[in-house]
Amino acid sequence: MQVNMTINGDAVSEEVEPRQLLVHFIRDQVGLTGTHWGCDTSNCGTCVVLIDGEPVKSCTTLAVMVSGHDVTTVEGLEIEGELDNVQQGFIECHGLQCGFCTPGMMLTARALLNNNPDPSEHTIREAISGQICRCTGYATIVRSIRWAADRETPVAIGSAS
Amino acid sequence: MQVPAPFEYERATSVENAIALRERLGEEARFIAGGHSLLPMMKLRLANPEYLIDINDLTELFFITEEAGEIRIGAMTRHRELLESELLAEHFPIFRDAEKVIADPVVRNRGTLGGSLCQADPSEDLSAVCAALDASCLIKSTTGERLVAMTDFHVGPYETAVGDAEMLTEIRIPLKANSGSAYEKVERRAGDWAVVSSGAAVWMDGDVIADGRVGLAAVGPNTTSIGPVSDALRGAAPSEELYQQVGEIAAANCSPQTDQRGSVAYKKHLAMELTRRSLRRAVARAQGQEA
Ligand SMILES: Cc1cc2nc3c(=O)[nH]c(=O)nc-3n(C[C@H](O)[C@H](O)[C@H](O)COP(=O)(O)OP(=O)(O)OC[C@H]3O[C@@H](n4cnc5c(N)ncnc54)[C@H](O)[C@@H]3O)c2cc1C
Ligand code: FES
Ligand code: FES
Repeated sequence: MQVNMTINGDAVSEEVEPRQLLVHFIRDQVGLTGTHWGCDTSNCGTCVVLIDGEPVKSCTTLAVMVSGHDVTTVEGLEIEGELDNVQQGFIECHGLQCGFCTPGMMLTARALLNNNPDPSEHTIREAISGQICRCTGYATIVRSIRWAADRETPVAIGSAS
Repeated sequence: MQVPAPFEYERATSVENAIALRERLGEEARFIAGGHSLLPMMKLRLANPEYLIDINDLTELFFITEEAGEIRIGAMTRHRELLESELLAEHFPIFRDAEKVIADPVVRNRGTLGGSLCQADPSEDLSAVCAALDASCLIKSTTGERLVAMTDFHVGPYETAVGDAEMLTEIRIPLKANSGSAYEKVERRAGDWAVVSSGAAVWMDGDVIADGRVGLAAVGPNTTSIGPVSDALRGAAPSEELYQQVGEIAAANCSPQTDQRGSVAYKKHLAMELTRRSLRRAVARAQGQEA
C-alpha cells in the first residue's frame, strides 16, 4: 500500500507491504542507512528515529503507521553542512567509539534538548536509558549531550510542527 | 531478521469506525495501539492476525479528565502522558511511581494504557495499578457499552473480557476522600519487566482504613486484586504489624514461577516486602505525611 511521509523534511511516497517495519523501510527502501538496526526487540535503541519530534524505536513501528507523519533520522541532524550541536558534542567529548549506538543516542539527545535545553546529568541519563552502548560506559555520551546543552539555541530541529 | 507474517492494514477514523471494522473482520483482526506488545509478538509469530486496525488516529481516546466524581482516562493515553499528568499525580500518585519504572522513555512515548490492560500479561504494571485503584473499564460495541470492574477484566493470562467485536475505550477510577496510593517494583535493571511489583491504595476514615486494595504483578494470574488483603485492611488501624500481616497474605495468595528473574521463594519474599512498603507509603500519603 501507498505511504506518504516526510523524512528529514523531504516528501517521500512509496509502495510498501503493511508488514514492513519502519527501520527496514528507512534503510532498505529509502536508502538512509544512518539509522542502525540492532537487537530487533525494542531493547537497544539504536534504531530510534524521531516521529513528529519524539523518539520512537523504528524496529517496533510499522512504516504504514507513520504515513502522514514527519520522520527525522540521524541524516537530518546536519543542515547545509552545519552539524547539530549534539553531533559536534559527540566529536568534542568522544561520545562514540564503534558508533553503533550513536544515531539513536543523538536523536534522543536532540529531542531531549528540544524539550529541555538545560537538563541535569540525571535527566540526561534517564532520557537515554532506553539505549544501550557497549563501548563508552555512557560517561562520554552524557558529557557530549551536556556540551551540546551548553550551546543550545532556541532553533529546534525535528520538533513537532 | 524478525518480520511479521503478512496482514492487511486499515486505519480507523473514529471509535465507531474501529468497532465496525472489528465486527466486520471478526476474530482474525486486532487493534494496534502503541504496537509495543503486539508487534514483538507478531515478529516472533506468536500472534498472526490477518488484519490490523490502527487506532492511533482516534484523538477522542487521548484524554485524562475529572468528571462525575471520577478520573477518566482514554484508552489511547500513552505511558508518557500518564507519567507527566499533574491531575493523576495529585489524586493517584501510584501512576507516577509506576510509570517511572515501566520500560524506558522511548517505549513510553508509544505504549498506551489500553494496550497494556488488553495485553493482559501478568507482568503488566498498569494492570496492578488499575486494580489497586478499583478502576473499571468501559467497553464499547456496535450495540452499546458496558462497564467491567478491573477484577473481572482479566479472564486469564493474555485474555480479557473484551469480545471480538468490542473495544476498550476508557478507564474510570472513582475519586474518594482521604485516599493514598503507592507502587513498588523490583527489576533486574532499569527499564526491565518486574521481578515482582506491588501497588497499594487505601481510603482512610479518620484513623482507620475504610477500604484498601493491593495488586501484584509478575507473580502469576489472579493477583491484580487480592480479596483477603482487602478483608484484612477494612476497618483496621494502620500499624507496622498490619503491613507485615497484609504482606504475608499477599505472598500466600500469589503463585510465581521460578525463572531467570528469580526463584519462587525470592519472589514470594518480594511480594511480602513490597506490599509492606507500598502500603506504608499509601497510608502516609493518605495522611498527608508524604508527597
Ligand atoms: C522494551 C520494552 C519494555 C517494557 N517494559 C514494561 C514494563 O516494565 N512494565 C510494563 O507494564 N510494560 C512494559 N512494556 C510493555 C509496554 O507497556 C507496552 O507498551 C504495553 O504493554 C502495550 O501497549 P501498546 O499500546 O503498545 O499495545 P499494543 O501492542 O498496540 O496492543 C496490545 C494488545 O492490546 C490490544 N489492544 C490495544 N488497544 C486496545 C483497545 N483500545 N481495545 C481493545 N484491544 C486493544 C491489541 O489488539 C493487542 O492485542 C515494555 C515493552 C517493551 C517493548
Ligand atoms: S533495533 Fe530497535 S531497539 Fe534495538
Ligand atoms: S559506541 Fe559502540 S555501542 Fe556505543
